[in-house]
Amino acid sequence: MENLGNLLDGFGHVLTPMNLLIALLGVTIGTAVGVLPGIGPAMTVALLLPVAYGMGPTSALIMFCGIFYGGMYGGSTTSILLNTPGESSSVVTAIEGNKMAKAGRAAQALATAAIGSFVAGTIATLLLVLVAPPVVKFAVSLGSPEYLAVMLLAFVAVTAVLGASRVRGFASLLLGLIIGVIGVDQTGQQRLTFGIPQLIDGIDVVVVAVGIFAMGEALWIAAHLRRKSGEVIPVGQPWMGREDWKRSWKPWLRGTAFGFPFGAVPAGGAEIPTFLSYITEKKLSKHKAEFGKGAIEGVAGPEAANNASAAGTLVPMLALGLPTNATAAVMLAAFEQFGIQPGPLLFEQESTLVWTLIASLFIGNLLLLVLNLPLAPAWARLLRIPRPYLYAGIIFFASMGAYAVNAQPFDLFLLLALGLLGFGMRRFGLPILPLIVGIILGPRAELHGRRALQLSGGELHGLIGGWVSWVIYAAIAVVLLWPLIGRFVVRPLRGRLVTG
Amino acid sequence: MTDRTTRPDRGGDQPPRPAASIVPDQAAPPDRETGGLPPAPAPVADPPAADPAGQPAGSAVPPAGDLPDGDGSAAESPAPKRDRAQYGMCAFLALVGGLVIFDATTRVGQAINSADPIGPKPVPILLGVLLLIVAAIYAVDVARGGAGEAEAGEDVDLSTRIDWRTVLLLIGAFLVNAVLIDRLGWVISGTILFWGSAYALGNRHYFRNLLISVALSLITFYAFAIGLGVSLPAGVLQGIL
Repeated sequence: MENLGNLLDGFGHVLTPMNLLIALLGVTIGTAVGVLPGIGPAMTVALLLPVAYGMGPTSALIMFCGIFYGGMYGGSTTSILLNTPGESSSVVTAIEGNKMAKAGRAAQALATAAIGSFVAGTIATLLLVLVAPPVVKFAVSLGSPEYLAVMLLAFVAVTAVLGASRVRGFASLLLGLIIGVIGVDQTGQQRLTFGIPQLIDGIDVVVVAVGIFAMGEALWIAAHLRRKSGEVIPVGQPWMGREDWKRSWKPWLRGTAFGFPFGAVPAGGAEIPTFLSYITEKKLSKHKAEFGKGAIEGVAGPEAANNASAAGTLVPMLALGLPTNATAAVMLAAFEQFGIQPGPLLFEQESTLVWTLIASLFIGNLLLLVLNLPLAPAWARLLRIPRPYLYAGIIFFASMGAYAVNAQPFDLFLLLALGLLGFGMRRFGLPILPLIVGIILGPRAELHGRRALQLSGGELHGLIGGWVSWVIYAAIAVVLLWPLIGRFVVRPLRGRLVTG
Repeated sequence: MTDRTTRPDRGGDQPPRPAASIVPDQAAPPDRETGGLPPAPAPVADPPAADPAGQPAGSAVPPAGDLPDGDGSAAESPAPKRDRAQYGMCAFLALVGGLVIFDATTRVGQAINSADPIGPKPVPILLGVLLLIVAAIYAVDVARGGAGEAEAGEDVDLSTRIDWRTVLLLIGAFLVNAVLIDRLGWVISGTILFWGSAYALGNRHYFRNLLISVALSLITFYAFAIGLGVSLPAGVLQGIL
């Protein structure tokens, strides 16, 4: 009940005109970037990090969470109306959603996606309220060896479970960890600075995030720019009839049940639960023949799963300081920017901030529903933006943000180098997420590892710690020795979707 | 095959700019462009950094765009040809790994603090060794015909080859901004950046773009630098803005 009180306090803090305005700004930007091709919530949060300095932590994080949730809503609009899902998590939505749109049922597809997202987002945020405090209670009892183990698990999980190729994932992770090493270490030794004074403080996470996400993405898209944009299906006001409601509400709930746990465990991701939800709905539906031709259940379920998983990722992010998707990783960078130490102590030390943030998620979700249902046609118009302006704008804001961090042109050269790295990674199919997670968690993992060894006086057994770390290392072993999860679960699902 | 209304002149033309000076840093991570740079390094300083191992990722990459299956997408190519440019990435990873080990073993000093038994060296050495191993496994994977999936996206058309001309023009506009930002100020360099990027991306409404660029630079300067206190230089327009 204490949590409920905290949550109500949080609502009290968020229901000020200023914070409401910022939440509205966040969800608006989020929806816009979700709709726009080539720019997603992670990139947007990265681009806004330097700007957010002036806003104060609470406002900035309310805005970022709004962008995070908003991006999900906007993304579904694009995949339904354009059939070119920008992220793997909305691939499934595009399958049935676009078919529905082509059959003249775009309004219903958008409506079930938006309302389903609202339902799933609200339930999942409630689950977050219930689940996070016990996780925190457990986590504060852990010592350095256990934290090291948890972080290693996060590394292995984002690298080995998500993404198609493990070796490419590990290459990306190691590059991230190495970038994290650059700078002065805790003993005052310079590592990988090569005598460059600007590198002594390390490379600012903002520059890395903007470089890899914004510059890398803009350059990569520029190299392959589609000269002819896809056809946007015109749409009116989203609405649903009685029959649509009847067919949607169960998939929403089931999708939520799939999405939240997958989001909450490190590296569950949104891809698997959306596939699972799709398969389940197909199996349970009374309208099996409609699947593949535009079944509303195939939009309702996966969209709910997608949003519930997004809320789920906030559990490890807030309770443990572990990022499990790109946006969460960049948001953790924001915490660190404001001098807030993410981790289990967050709930204790920044109680007001955390609960205000969680309350803002409920508000944001409601705002998103209001923003998306009546305004869908307006959002769809965003897809007509001339691409040269869009990508020139991304490069423009990337430069501005990277320069603003330290007010030195050196960072711009660094930004370009990182952008080219991001370009190369996209070209060769190296996933981006492990690199970002490596940069954010790497220094903390080293800190905990060294602290653990310090306690044991340098004896290696100090790295292992108690039974909790044994369990975690067992989990790591399972993940590592079971490359077949991807082969036997994700790919067949994908295969069934393609053929079915 | 694609409509190029805004860019009738594009096509397979060679990059008009001195490509060689920029391309080699293709996948340069921050730590590689570092070999003995002056404090305010110019991009020109990149190529020297690219030669330590003679064959870093970058130099192997440009041909990629010219290979038939250059984009590694292998998605629709009937008989997937091996994407040899991937060896460049392996070489690059190995190079970084070697560099990290070199730095940790020669440049990083011993731990002064006796309370910290492992000191600053082991972690980078471990990472370097792991990266070397990963590079080797990666190379084996490539040799066995493995290929990474190039990233797809709403505006990404993987059936086309890498359009180096656009990429290099963008990099050019970016570098002009980086060099000029402190001298001329954000409003002017930002204008050049946006206008140049829009040009590079194929928009040919020169005058309209100029208006948009100036407006965008001014708005961002006033909103962020003056309004939110973000540090953007006024440059030569100091006192006017």
